[in-house]
Amino acid sequence: MIEKKKSGYWLSHLGLCLGVLFIFFPVWLAFVGSTVTQDDILQPPYPVLPGPHFFENYSSALFQGGPDGYDTGQISVLKMLINSTIMALGITIGKIIISLLSAFAFVYFRFPGRKTFFWIIFLTLMLPIEVRIVPTYQVAANLGLLNSYTGLIFPLIASATATFLFRQFFLTIPSEMVEAARIDGATPMQFFKDILIPISKTNIAALFVILFVYGFNQYLWPLLITTTPDMQTIVMGIKFMIPTGDDYGHWPTIFSTAMLAMLPPVIIVISMQKFFVKGLLESDK
Amino acid sequence: MAKINLKNLEKSYGKTKVLHDLSFDINEGELIVIVGPSGCGKSTLLRMVAGLEEVNAGSIFIDDKKVNDLEPMERNIAMVFQNYALYPHMTVFQNMSYALKILKIPKDEIYSRVQKAAEILELGELLERQPSQLSGGQRQRVAMGRAIVRNPAAFLFDEPLSNLDAKLRVQMRLEIKKLQTQLKTTSLYVTHDQVEAMTLADRMVVMNEGKVEHIGTPLEVYTKPKTLFTAQFIGSPAMNILECECKNGEIILSNGSTLKINTKHQGRANLGLRPEDFSIDENGPIKLKIELMELIGANTLFHCRLEKNNEPVVVSIPGVLENKYIGKSVGFSYDNSKIHLFAINSNQRIS
Repeated sequence: MIEKKKSGYWLSHLGLCLGVLFIFFPVWLAFVGSTVTQDDILQPPYPVLPGPHFFENYSSALFQGGPDGYDTGQISVLKMLINSTIMALGITIGKIIISLLSAFAFVYFRFPGRKTFFWIIFLTLMLPIEVRIVPTYQVAANLGLLNSYTGLIFPLIASATATFLFRQFFLTIPSEMVEAARIDGATPMQFFKDILIPISKTNIAALFVILFVYGFNQYLWPLLITTTPDMQTIVMGIKFMIPTGDDYGHWPTIFSTAMLAMLPPVIIVISMQKFFVKGLLESDK
Repeated sequence: MAKINLKNLEKSYGKTKVLHDLSFDINEGELIVIVGPSGCGKSTLLRMVAGLEEVNAGSIFIDDKKVNDLEPMERNIAMVFQNYALYPHMTVFQNMSYALKILKIPKDEIYSRVQKAAEILELGELLERQPSQLSGGQRQRVAMGRAIVRNPAAFLFDEPLSNLDAKLRVQMRLEIKKLQTQLKTTSLYVTHDQVEAMTLADRMVVMNEGKVEHIGTPLEVYTKPKTLFTAQFIGSPAMNILECECKNGEIILSNGSTLKINTKHQGRANLGLRPEDFSIDENGPIKLKIELMELIGANTLFHCRLEKNNEPVVVSIPGVLENKYIGKSVGFSYDNSKIHLFAINSNQRIS
């Protein structure tokens, strides 16, 4: 019995290791590509072990957008990272605030048209950005939001998914909690701030992670709304670096940029995960 | 301390009327227990007093001030909920002080008031804990602490002990009683548990289907129930109800047995006999066939049938008795001063 258990244990361990290798392999190739020279990449075979040019490649990408003498017509990757992070944070925080408030209104207030509004918002779940991108662009352009952070962030803030999620969570909070707060004399906004938000913090953390990655990975909308290079996000930047036609591109730079682009989401996921798990353990309604 | 007057209260949800023309008064410092089966409207009534439910008709006065349209907070009442409704993310201290914080009371006064309440409730060492680290009884005490710190005009309890286990319930019941006598705060307490009602109440209100059946001290309600419903609802095991015929001071049961009693009532009536007022007496007027015996410690319950017409009767005799009675016919006598008679149609008490 014991032996059987042991072999099962090693087998599943082996399976998981293979899975990790499978997922990790492309990332490893990209990392290797970011530490060698252009020539190493263009001459087969493709290197499998990292080369000595790590700092060189990363610093030229990060601060110049490419090596000396290689004109990419691009801004530095650092600037792109900053743009992307601002956009992702703006979208995330905006979405969370808006959806918390709207879910609060839907669950705790009886106003005329409540159901209608809820269903209208719910319907937008079925309309991805791509479908409404032309009218949204028109509106954003008329408002003079092209090439601005506001333009990057604002149209993406409304979120049916997050509103729905918070609504469902608020519905699970016992009604006595609201009543206790009313008897304690809390105004609706005090209830929202002192009770509702603190007990939703695990949901907020989970949503923060998901929405940050979503915001960071936005491609189509930033591509439309920004025309000047200094507003470029990193996802767009990578796309522009990839050569088309007869062009060679500069692969070490491209790989370095790709590695750097992963960094903010990875940091957010790892740091929020701790908070998120801790919150889950402590939650008690 | 305050007195509460309820005048002609009515409440309906859509077309269903849940409270019918309900009036009663609560004196200063009194503990009134509202008791009734589930769905009788007792919780709704409490929530109307708290200001959590709208009043459709009638008025509620707290200290002679009409409070129908006031927010719960403005009525200066405190409520203890069945599931405690503690704020899970706050410590015990923060839970108890939240209302005071909203009232913008200075910090050192909040501190001293919470300390005082914690002392009364023996919560002193738990003030920094989170509700999730407390036991059920402790949470209940925190919920009461939250009510006490505000020095409210009245306490409202909504089945506060229902979530506790039997032993703890008895203990907390005593604590609530002690607390209420100590603080002398007017209280309205809702429960479906008649033992809680009997032990806690200064006066109790028995409700059924949105109407008041009986208001009185626990002893009055027990010994002289005004209606058939009250008679059957209060007391465990429940009172036996048998149809009978009254004739010249005699009660004739449907099987022909007769009991002597001083009543002027003539004709048919419902006879109420409490199980504990029977005693075994071979020459007794009531002959019962015993089907089943339950030994519950202090008492023995006999589940019997009236001889000849098989109406079920439950009898409770003090002490532990042997099983020798099962299947036999036994004579019982009944304490005639404890006979209850109810009119057939109105179900009101006769004499």
